[in-house]
Amino acid sequence: MSWPQFDSLGECSLIVRWEQRIDQALNARVHALATAIAAAALPGIEEIVPGYASLLLSFDPASWGGLRADPHEALRARIEPLLQQAYPALSGEMLEIEVRYGGADGPDLVTLANTHGLDPHEFVARHCAPTYQVAMLGFAPGFPYLLGLDASLHSPRRSTPRVRVPAGSVAIGGSQTGIYPSELPGGWHLIGRTQIRLFDAARNPPCLLKPGDRVRFVPISGPAGAGSELDA
Amino acid sequence: MTVSVLAAGLCSSVQDLGRVGYGAIGVGRAGALDPDALSLANSLVGNPPGAAGLEITLAGPRLKFETDVAFALCGAPFDTRLDGRSLEAWRSHRALAGSVLEFSHARTGTRAWLAMAGGIDLPCVLGSRSTDLNARLGPLPRTLNAGDRLPVGAPSDRLPRDAPRWSLDPRPWFGTADASPLRLLPGRDLSRLEQQSLEVLCRQPFRISATSDRVALRLDGGPLRFRHSLECVSEPLVEGVVQLPPDGRPIILLGEHPVSGGYPCIGIIAAADHARLAQARPGAAVRFTLISATEARRLLEERRRARSELMAHVRRRLEHT
Repeated sequence: MSWPQFDSLGECSLIVRWEQRIDQALNARVHALATAIAAAALPGIEEIVPGYASLLLSFDPASWGGLRADPHEALRARIEPLLQQAYPALSGEMLEIEVRYGGADGPDLVTLANTHGLDPHEFVARHCAPTYQVAMLGFAPGFPYLLGLDASLHSPRRSTPRVRVPAGSVAIGGSQTGIYPSELPGGWHLIGRTQIRLFDAARNPPCLLKPGDRVRFVPISGPAGAGSELDA
Repeated sequence: MTVSVLAAGLCSSVQDLGRVGYGAIGVGRAGALDPDALSLANSLVGNPPGAAGLEITLAGPRLKFETDVAFALCGAPFDTRLDGRSLEAWRSHRALAGSVLEFSHARTGTRAWLAMAGGIDLPCVLGSRSTDLNARLGPLPRTLNAGDRLPVGAPSDRLPRDAPRWSLDPRPWFGTADASPLRLLPGRDLSRLEQQSLEVLCRQPFRISATSDRVALRLDGGPLRFRHSLECVSEPLVEGVVQLPPDGRPIILLGEHPVSGGYPCIGIIAAADHARLAQARPGAAVRFTLISATEARRLLEERRRARSELMAHVRRRLEHT
């Protein structure tokens, strides 16, 4: 099978998929193609949405031969040559994010550490050690999917999602870690919380982070009680 | 001009045609769940198709117009009264300052769209006045509350002074195909279903769950099973995608769907049937039938042509009223 593959996602969207895995080099290809397509200023393109290993293009079929023709094929023919371009590593800024781990801010930390046979302090140390890279923003406004979680911390999602996850919650879902920018329903494990404002529609740009940015988590001790489970 | 909310109704929200172009920062389209119905209501009062109106759901609001206004309603039939007098939908009406417009329950279907001449004039947030209830985004980032006062813009000067006496035929925009199956394009993971599940998908009815909202229609039925369990990497999503989570009960994504997700995709509802999704009522049964991409494109083109012809026709009639 040769990659990437092109597939339609309904009448008005085309999706380009690479090998289905979470991988920094693949993700760089996704963003390189997104950048090339944006630069080509193709007609009728309404959305260019990068994923980990896929890229969604939503378009108006009227700009690509109309609905009688095969607009997906017409668009694909225009995009394929853009795949020949180089894949520069994503660049971005470096940001340190202060996190209060455990306690009320990270109600799943102790349980999660136990299931991995780790002391909660060790779990936090492993979560803080890597420099993560923002792979994509998705799920909800400003939600950063981060690359680089230590394999020993991978954890299947909660069997029952929470109806409300507080804004700023730092969480682990499968092999991914991320931060809930606002209060949302969610099925990831909550291990800590940050005060940082990731999304503000009134700000320009609205998102603090962009794909390619690098993130380090810095543990802080919160007000009395907030980190009590860890201090105990 | 202002419209005051006396009673909020079950889930009334400000909607236009939604946010386009912000998917890459995790912001979805939201917008009216049936953009054609909102556009037609707008055309009846001389507005551009994307002016902001109200989307009302199952049990509608009670509204007071603070000044004279023209308005129109398209979508599901609600028992609607203006100062106690029963009103017809799919046409334009005039209300005098102080009039009260009261919606009861939807007789069939789920949602209707109220357009007022001039449109709801709240500031745009990321290019749209729509409320994204799930993301709590928009100039009014929640459903209506009693006591809200919504500003309405100046009406088009092409709008005739007297209310036109004609109405639109709701067909094919509402209720023509309630019993017919939803048309489904095959999704990436359809071929991974167990043979029996594939038969169930195409033959048996599913029931719309009461937990459905503007994010998704959640279905009871099946359950459908894959031959092997699937691990998917999260990828971008679009409206109409039919996901199959591990519990085997399909989820159909609507306008407020998350921008990306990781459940397998068994199909995509043809765009020509998206308006029917907006009207699917909790407890109702739905069926599916598979169609080809060519057929789906033909259906969508037919619908788009019918809509633009109808809107041109409405414009001409308004100018000659």
